[in-house]
Amino acid sequence: MTQLPGLLDTEAIRKDFPLLDRVVHDGKKIVYLDNAATSQKPRQVLDALNAYYEQSNANVHRGVHVLAEEATALYEGARDKVAAFINAPSRDEVIFTKNASESLNLVANMLGWADEPYRVDAETEIVITEMEHHSNIVPWQLLSQRTGAKLKWFGITDEGRLDLSDIDEVITEKTKIVSFTLVSNIMGTVNPVEAIIRRAQEVGALVCIDASQAAPHMILDVQALQADFVAFTGHKMVGPTGIGVLWGRQELLEDLPPFLGGGEMIETVSMSSSTYAPAPHKFEAGTPPIAQAVGLGAAVDYLTAIGMDKIAAHEHAITEYAIKRLKEVEGLRIIGPTTAEDRGATISFTLGDIHPHDVGQVLDELGIAVRVGHHCARPVCLRYGIPATTRASFYLYSTPAEVDALVEGLEHVRNFFG
Amino acid sequence: MKLDSMYQEVILDHYKHPHGRGLRDGDAEVHHVNPTCGDEITLRVKYAGDTVEDVSYEGQGCSISQASASVLNDLLVGKELAEAQKIQATFLELMQSKGQIEPDDAMEEVLEDAVAFAGVSKYPARVKCALLSWMAWKDATAQALGESAERKTA
Repeated sequence: MTQLPGLLDTEAIRKDFPLLDRVVHDGKKIVYLDNAATSQKPRQVLDALNAYYEQSNANVHRGVHVLAEEATALYEGARDKVAAFINAPSRDEVIFTKNASESLNLVANMLGWADEPYRVDAETEIVITEMEHHSNIVPWQLLSQRTGAKLKWFGITDEGRLDLSDIDEVITEKTKIVSFTLVSNIMGTVNPVEAIIRRAQEVGALVCIDASQAAPHMILDVQALQADFVAFTGHKMVGPTGIGVLWGRQELLEDLPPFLGGGEMIETVSMSSSTYAPAPHKFEAGTPPIAQAVGLGAAVDYLTAIGMDKIAAHEHAITEYAIKRLKEVEGLRIIGPTTAEDRGATISFTLGDIHPHDVGQVLDELGIAVRVGHHCARPVCLRYGIPATTRASFYLYSTPAEVDALVEGLEHVRNFFG
Repeated sequence: MKLDSMYQEVILDHYKHPHGRGLRDGDAEVHHVNPTCGDEITLRVKYAGDTVEDVSYEGQGCSISQASASVLNDLLVGKELAEAQKIQATFLELMQSKGQIEPDDAMEEVLEDAVAFAGVSKYPARVKCALLSWMAWKDATAQALGESAERKTA
């Protein structure tokens, strides 16, 4: 077996993930390489979900009975865990949403309805990048259409990096918000946060970072990032679906208006008007995803116990190995950075003229799960003149043997369509 | 192997050597996409009265979507509209069967090479690929004949 420096004890880790023992298509053990879409869940998270429903299920922040108090303590305890995980200065800066898309839409809507100095209107500009997931494009297109604000973006270089050569023209005095991804979900590129934030701060623009592909894989320190908002989702970081996070700087959350109205987010309500609860509750209308938050808390505990620095080192080693092996496959072209530097463990590629759909289908028959298509980042495919890619994405439980299985599978694909 | 039931030899042949590919003169043109995977087709139809005179197309996509367009061209060009519609409806029925229909002789007579797609119907993610060109043809036909109907009444 291939031994690489920096690898985690995957044999022990994999025992925590029941699904990784799954056998598909007549006895083939699953090789799960679709972690950028969603991660598998460890027993610890599944147990936390079960224990919550079996022992403590109640609605939060209302009843005085013991179950309501337990549920509230568990839900708010999850907020503490997430706050510590991202080094937030205050737990009140952590807003639970249903996913990263909702988090990003929430920011766009806060700004759309805000008063000065935050208000986005026809005189102002919004900046994103060509590398974004659709969830960090469409909310800003909607905001732009509704307010008349101009939508601008950074392009991508041939090497799969952000082209910041025109940064002073893209981010200007008119820019109100710059929103970009920390790690590309299609190419794995890790973006240079500092350069963008420096320019945004120069012109007084807010910065929103989509950390969906970062939070699961590296140390995420919102204070070090110096952004104003950071969005991510639970299900990509061994947590359940249905829970996302928006972190925002406290003074902004105090100033900005709520988006969804309902129970939970109010202070007092009369028939003519209402006042709102302080953040984070101001932004959490209705019964929240309680069990899912508890599950995310357990996920954060799980990842922290292993160590995000160790997970990042493991994935770096796997990425380096995967790139080396993939380059051996004839006709394979990596879309995005072709070295392991400043990139995550998500690798997109094309294989000759064989359509990714066909690649994915043949790999599936071998028990190898990859993602094919445009990965909700169609502008990236357009940029490189390709309809789609095949994407393999790794995580803390991925092994060099799984990289080998992928490479062998791709040889099989080539023979099948050759 | 299950894969062979999807990738029948006849499908791979059509994929590698598509029939009637390329855009030619037509009465109507449509552009259809499969948003989940990025398959795209631009398709034109030309009618001589009620006869399908030509179906020309250009597109990019997986083997299933491209082979399906090639088979469509083979099957529909030269047919009367009513017969072409019957073929389209039969193909749709087969593709929506979730692998439950085993094509019989009657179906095989209608669909000819297109019965090879029976195996694809077992893969829900791929049914849309197989249907892409057929839905485009239906749409283009409605547009083409709608226009000529308008011309008649004008």
